[in-house]
Order: sequence, then C-alpha cells, then structure tokens
Amino acid sequence: MPDQLLYAMEVALNGLMAGVMYSLVALGFVLIFKASGIFNYAQGVMALFAAMTLVGIQNGQVPFSHMINAALGTDIHHFGWSVPALAAIALTVVVMVGLAWAVNRFVFRHLVNQEPIILFMATIGLAYFLEGVADLMWGSEIKTLDVGLPQGINDWVDTATFDLFGYGFFIDNLDIVATVIAGLLVAGLVMFSQYTKQGRALRAVADDHQAALSVGISLNFIWVLVWSIAGFVALVAGIMWGAKSGVQFSLSLIALKALPVLMLGGFTSIPGAIVGGLIIGVGEKLFEFCFGNGQCFGGIIDLGGATETWFAYVLALGFLVFRPQGLFGEKIIERV
Amino acid sequence: MNAQSQSFVTEDGRTIGPTVLDLRNITLRFGGVEAIKDISFDIREGEIRAIIGPNGAGKSSMLNVISGFYVPQEGEVWFRGKPRPAMKPYEVAQQGIARTFQNIALFEGMSVLDNVMTGRLAHMKTNILTQALWWGAAAREEEENRAAVERVIDFLEIQAIRKTPVGRLPYGLKKRVELARALAAEPSLLLLDEPMAGMNVEEKEDMSRFILDVNDEFGTTIALIEHDMGVVMDLSDRVVVMDYGRKIGDGTPDEVRGNQDVIDAYLGVAHD
Repeated sequence: MPDQLLYAMEVALNGLMAGVMYSLVALGFVLIFKASGIFNYAQGVMALFAAMTLVGIQNGQVPFSHMINAALGTDIHHFGWSVPALAAIALTVVVMVGLAWAVNRFVFRHLVNQEPIILFMATIGLAYFLEGVADLMWGSEIKTLDVGLPQGINDWVDTATFDLFGYGFFIDNLDIVATVIAGLLVAGLVMFSQYTKQGRALRAVADDHQAALSVGISLNFIWVLVWSIAGFVALVAGIMWGAKSGVQFSLSLIALKALPVLMLGGFTSIPGAIVGGLIIGVGEKLFEFCFGNGQCFGGIIDLGGATETWFAYVLALGFLVFRPQGLFGEKIIERV
Repeated sequence: MNAQSQSFVTEDGRTIGPTVLDLRNITLRFGGVEAIKDISFDIREGEIRAIIGPNGAGKSSMLNVISGFYVPQEGEVWFRGKPRPAMKPYEVAQQGIARTFQNIALFEGMSVLDNVMTGRLAHMKTNILTQALWWGAAAREEEENRAAVERVIDFLEIQAIRKTPVGRLPYGLKKRVELARALAAEPSLLLLDEPMAGMNVEEKEDMSRFILDVNDEFGTTIALIEHDMGVVMDLSDRVVVMDYGRKIGDGTPDEVRGNQDVIDAYLGVAHD
C-alpha cells in the first residue's frame, strides 16, 4: 500500500477516537435538550466542575479553603488524606446529583413554561456561576487528573499494523479506553430510556408535560433525574478530557466543539450525537491532512494548516443551510 | 348509615354504588374572575356522570379541580370517604384518577403502544436496575403490564396502529389512543373532557359505544364533559348542569331536560 494512504488511514483512525471525545460532550447536551427543551450552555462548565471536584476529592483538598482561611484567619488547605480513584468518582457522582437538585430547585423550577431563550439565558448565567464556584471551591491552578487510565501508544495496535502494512499506527491507549467507555455509556443510556419505568417517564416528559402529569409522572423528579444523568455524562467527559489535557479552564470550552456535533447529528438524537461526533472527528483530521498540509491530490490545495479550528463550524454551517434538523433530528412538520 | 354509602337503582334498572368522589362547596377564582361558584355534587361508583353547560360555564375547570391541575380557593374534594389534601396532578393520577384532555395531550413522538404503556407507570414497582437488565421480577412485571395494555388495545380496536407514532394518526384515532392510555391505568375514576369534540357522526357512535362498554365491562366510574346533547342524554346516568360557574341543575337526564333554568341557559331567556 502507498505510504500516503497508510498515513491517511492512521489520521482517520485518530480522528474517530477524537470524535468519540466530542460525542461524549454532545451527549450531555442532547439528554437535557430532549427531556426539557433546554439548551444547556453550562454543559462544558459542568464537565470542568466535575473534573475539578474529582481531583479535589482525590487529593483531599479542603473545599472553599481560601474563603475559610480568609474568614477565620486559619491556614488549612488539605485534609491530609487522599481518596482512592473509585471512591472519589463515587463521591463526585453524589456531588453532581446534588448539583442537579440545586439547579432544578433554585433555577429551573421558577422558570417553568418560559420561552426557550429565557431558559437558555439562565444556563449561560449558570455556566458563569458554576465556573466561579469551581474556582472558589478548588482553586484556579491547573491540575493533573490521574484516575489510573492507561496512556501512551498502544503497542498491540502498533505491532499488528506494522506486521500487516509495514507501518505501525500510533493509537493512544486513552483514546481506546474513551471509546469503550463511551460505548458502555450509550448502551446504558439506551437500556435506561427504553426498558425502565423512569426512562419511559423521561421520554414522556420530553414529549408533553401536561400528558405526563396526567399519567402520574412528577416533572420535578424527572428533571432532577435528567440533570443528574447529564452531570454524570459531564463527569465522564471531564475525566477523559482532563486525563488527556489537564484540568483547567479551557476544559469548559470543549462545549463549543459540541455545537457543530449537535448541528450535524440533530439536537434530539443520542445516536446523532455519536455519529455527529465521529464525522466531525474524522472530517477535521482528514481535512487537515489533505488540504491543511497539502498531502492529497498532489498537494493542489494547501491551506497552510490550522484548519481544525474552523472546519467543524463550516461543516455545521452547511448543515444549517441544507438540513437544519441534522442527520438524525426529528423533522419539524406542522399541520395547517 | 348515610345516604352516600348506599347503592340505589336508576330508572333504567342500573345499580349505582356508593359515592366515590364528593365535591363540597368548591369555589375557584382566577384573580377577580370566579370560574366556579360554590358548587357541590358527587360521583358514585359505576355511574356515568355528565357535566354539561354552555361554553365558559366552568366545566373544564371543574374537571381540572378533580384531577389536581387547579387548586380551588374554597371547598373540599372528598375521595373514597376522606377529604383529599391539596395534591399535584401526578399524585392525583397515582391515586387512580385518570383523564383525557379537550385538546388531546399525547406523546406525539412515541408509538401508540408506548403511549398506552405510560398509563401503566403507576403499576410498575420493580427497581430501575433490574428493569434495565430485564431481570427476574422486572421482566415478569413488564410482561404483565404489556398484557394489560394489549387487552385495552384489543378492547378499543386499535391493534392495527399499535406501532405507529401517534403524531401520524388522524384526530379521531388520537382521541381513542388517549382513552386507551387512561384506561390502561385501570382507574377507579375516569375523567373525559369532551371525548367526542370535533368527531363526525360515525366516530361519535364508535366513541359512545366504547364509553358504554368500558363502563359495562370494567365497571369503571366515568365523569364526562360533552356538548352533544343527544350523546349526553343517551350515555349518562346523572347530569350536572353548569352555567356561569354555578350549578343550575343536577339529576337524571329526564329531570334535567325538564328543568326550566337549564332550558333558559341553553335557549336564552328574554330580559325585560
């Protein structure tokens, strides 16, 4: 096989893996949007908050230590213990459920039946608030997240591809783990929404509030549930992205990458979030390879790199023009 | 023993049981507007109770009070012999009061089967993990619920559209699916808000037959709002008549038909 094609294959494969990471973030958006019609701008910040909380708990950091020290004149920062990764993850899940309850209790319960734009604005407020709280609780310095996920080149893939093509593919172990976990997460979500009472109730609430009430579904319970699940998905995304590039403010910006994914896949489709993420992941890597670096078609087009920053958005723009509901979104039909 | 706990036989020879739901001096206001003014009536086990009246009489508001969507400022709702505390609509539904809506409230994106299954939510008791994994008691429970739903689907003759998304169905069938969802809950009281609104004669006849059959075969107590007088007089055992938020008549169809206030409300009366 020609070298060029092999490189392209490796690039595409890496793109798939990056796409999984985008999908993870997009999933959280879809869940909340489906169940409550709220476009949750704070999803990215929730991932940051979850990752910071996880690191903080793991390291035995005292939450709000700066505030406490300033108020009481003390000098405490650490409890002096560290929590094992699994226990810390479990505790973070508890925190995210608490956050879901608080968000519903103090914000969205008061905004029932409001216009979507008002709900959207509320999530922007929530994003800034949560970002501030996260800094206040755990400090704003860059942290490393280590829950024992394998990292670095996967030797098996490297050897196997070397034996096959005479060229070893570089695939990061972390990306493989992310793919497996995303697969499990989606399978779990599908089983939950299709086979459980709460899942059916969730779909019902997403469809019609009044009808849901009339069959005995508590809207508040479902909203807390769905924000909890979104919090859990945010935690998973936070762990993956945090392990990859450190826990810092820029983590919350991955939410912006989820936007084109959602426009591609449709705001209301879980498979759409997955496929959309993969298409964008592969698309931007291949586009960069072909036209950013001029590696294809004899280099007739060479844009000089950095196409990855805009490719996804241009693709999304195209979709907005020609297929606004996305690949898998529900087509909006109105009877006249 | 008081009169409410006794059964009696109607003029058609139908036996009507003791009181299920008793509304006592209900007053409902929206700001300065009194939608319901000091209304009392009861609904007895096994009967078909109609609420009629001109547009804006407060019939739907009354139904919304019963199903918990509105909370009256004054008066009490007694359910099964006990005063009912202020409740959320979902809590009322869990107590066994199912309803349909004037403007159809279905889950449009879900199939007919899934819609009817949501009616069974209050009957599902097993935990979430076993449900997700389709395990043991949860699998049995799902099968039982599914069987109950299939009975309702057969009964209302909507087998053919079982898998169709509700959004694609014509109006008349949607009304029937909504009835199926309410029935699947096996309610002790079924509230129907204009079940025949906007239907043609044939569809109305079908719906009337279903309502009578439901009452006959399952012994379901039904309270319904309807504008078609012919239908109301044929179906119901007793009728409450409302006008401008007041109760102006209450009794068997024949009694109500002869009531001068009711005739005035419907035909208008000369004011001099």
